[in-house]
Amino acid sequence: MSKARKIAKNDSLELISAAQNKAEDKRLEVLKTYKLYIGGAFPRTESGRYWKLKTPAGKVIANVSRASRKDFRNAVVAARRAFSGWAAKTAYNRGQILYRMAEMLEGRREQFISELVLQGSNENEAVREVNAAIDRLVYYAGWADKYQQVFSAVNPVQSSHFNFSLPEPMGVVAVIAPESHGLLGLVSCIAPVIVGGNSCVVLSSEKQPLSSITFAELMESSDVPAGAINILTGFREELLEHFSSHMDVNAVVSSDLESAELKEVQSSAVSNLKRVINLKIKDWFSDEAQNPYLIMETQEIKTTWHPIGL
Amino acid sequence: MAAATQTLPDFRYSPVVDQVGVADRIARVTARSIKKESKIEALKLALSMLDLTTLDAKDTAGKVRQLCYKARHLHDDLPDLPTVAAVCVYPNMVSVAKKALEGSTVKVASVATAFPTGMTSLDIKLEETRRVVSEGADEVDMVISRGRFFAGDYNYVFDEIAAVKEACGQAHLKVILETGELETYDNVRRASEIAMYAGADFIKTSTGKVKPAATLEVTLVMLEAIRDYYYQTGRMVGMKPAGGISNAKLAIQYLVLLKETLGEAWMTPQYFRFGASSLANDLLMQIVKQKTGIYQSIDYFSKD
Repeated sequence: MSKARKIAKNDSLELISAAQNKAEDKRLEVLKTYKLYIGGAFPRTESGRYWKLKTPAGKVIANVSRASRKDFRNAVVAARRAFSGWAAKTAYNRGQILYRMAEMLEGRREQFISELVLQGSNENEAVREVNAAIDRLVYYAGWADKYQQVFSAVNPVQSSHFNFSLPEPMGVVAVIAPESHGLLGLVSCIAPVIVGGNSCVVLSSEKQPLSSITFAELMESSDVPAGAINILTGFREELLEHFSSHMDVNAVVSSDLESAELKEVQSSAVSNLKRVINLKIKDWFSDEAQNPYLIMETQEIKTTWHPIGL
Repeated sequence: MAAATQTLPDFRYSPVVDQVGVADRIARVTARSIKKESKIEALKLALSMLDLTTLDAKDTAGKVRQLCYKARHLHDDLPDLPTVAAVCVYPNMVSVAKKALEGSTVKVASVATAFPTGMTSLDIKLEETRRVVSEGADEVDMVISRGRFFAGDYNYVFDEIAAVKEACGQAHLKVILETGELETYDNVRRASEIAMYAGADFIKTSTGKVKPAATLEVTLVMLEAIRDYYYQTGRMVGMKPAGGISNAKLAIQYLVLLKETLGEAWMTPQYFRFGASSLANDLLMQIVKQKTGIYQSIDYFSKD
């Protein structure tokens, strides 16, 4: 190779690397599209609507899917389909899956922390919230194979029967996650519902909706069966009516409804006698947000009369 | 018989079907959305076109009576509902169904000719057909001999259908092609023509025992065969997709396809039926949803 050509080759390599450096500066960031989580898939809302989520300073962070009543309807169908399979899993297995969710959340701590900060939490709060969310999942994972023992009873009866009562899941539960604490509030509402074998459709916080969809990605890879947990982002004002009126929903769990909203939910829930639970939790880090009685909120007690001594 | 006196086409040269064209047409039909009053009308029309079906080896007289009750009382909370078109049962349940439907407009349809395989001799098929008709079946659903069809013995398939049609007497004959076993649209088109020229009153996609059962694609191919046969002979033949149609949205898409291919004249239970069992409740749930605005649960609708 002649000297001249060698120089030319070196020059061209330099040119390429310079161009790459320049491109690095100008690189288009790949932004995440936040969609819904229905039946184990991430569809866009069927309505095609979205809203712009902004930082407190007014900078646009993301276009968030604004779920419609039809998305909710699809989610209920998915939840109903998943219910029998999820409820039939052994308590031990459900515990394992909740623990798995905690493992996955631990592995993605940084992402959840920075996402909360992006949505307006301060750094320390965000760290504390993510840690508490992980611990909460582990807490309920532990209860999976214990709550039935604690809350069951053998009842004394006068006839020749062995009479016992035990809690069983209600079915499909609609969950309105709290506005504050986009991650911890969500996890604290979902975990006691699903650990007891219910499937659920969740409306995430309007202020911090991004954490819920990132959390959905985590469930998708944690052996949670498709449809057992479904997550929608959207406007509470628009969807509350449908969450509480749908005939195939067995209970509505919320924690921060105002009295007018609660009244609306209660009157729509009458149509099929849904159970309405408004938890009124003030401190999401305290034991009022983490106890086995919360599992019992979405359980039915079944009593069996078994003939003996005939 | 009219079919016998006219010149028959050579079934070896049935038109070939443009598969890509069919897929494209169906993609456009399924993107359509029918709403409000049109939706309610479509849902009611679909209900009136239902052949409520129970074809299980474990069927009992009790199960059939229950289904007949459902056929007469779809959902008594809604006063202005149509009844279904027919109840479709196995041959040994015809007399039970006939008795249970006495005094109603719901017809009794029976499968026959060694349903679902058709693997027996012609005399047994004819005997079975005559027997279900004498026991009161208004409609007979027969299966074609798919083995003979694949062997290229189109004349046998034709003659068999013609013989069963004769054995039906006054009863209507629906000919099941079992499209899931016919492999290609060209075969579906050919089998449709054989059935129609041999005297079928209806052509029907499937037994429900083979997958895939009815699809929009295969239904389009059959509807086009019906249209071309009508242009040739002036006789209107009915269409019955059966199997796998379990939700209202899909049923409405079938109606859109029907209207666009054959037009208004075919939009009656006399010329179009759905063979289904769980579709009835989904249609009812959608009708109640349209009236009340509240999404419904299967828990509040009778199973059969």
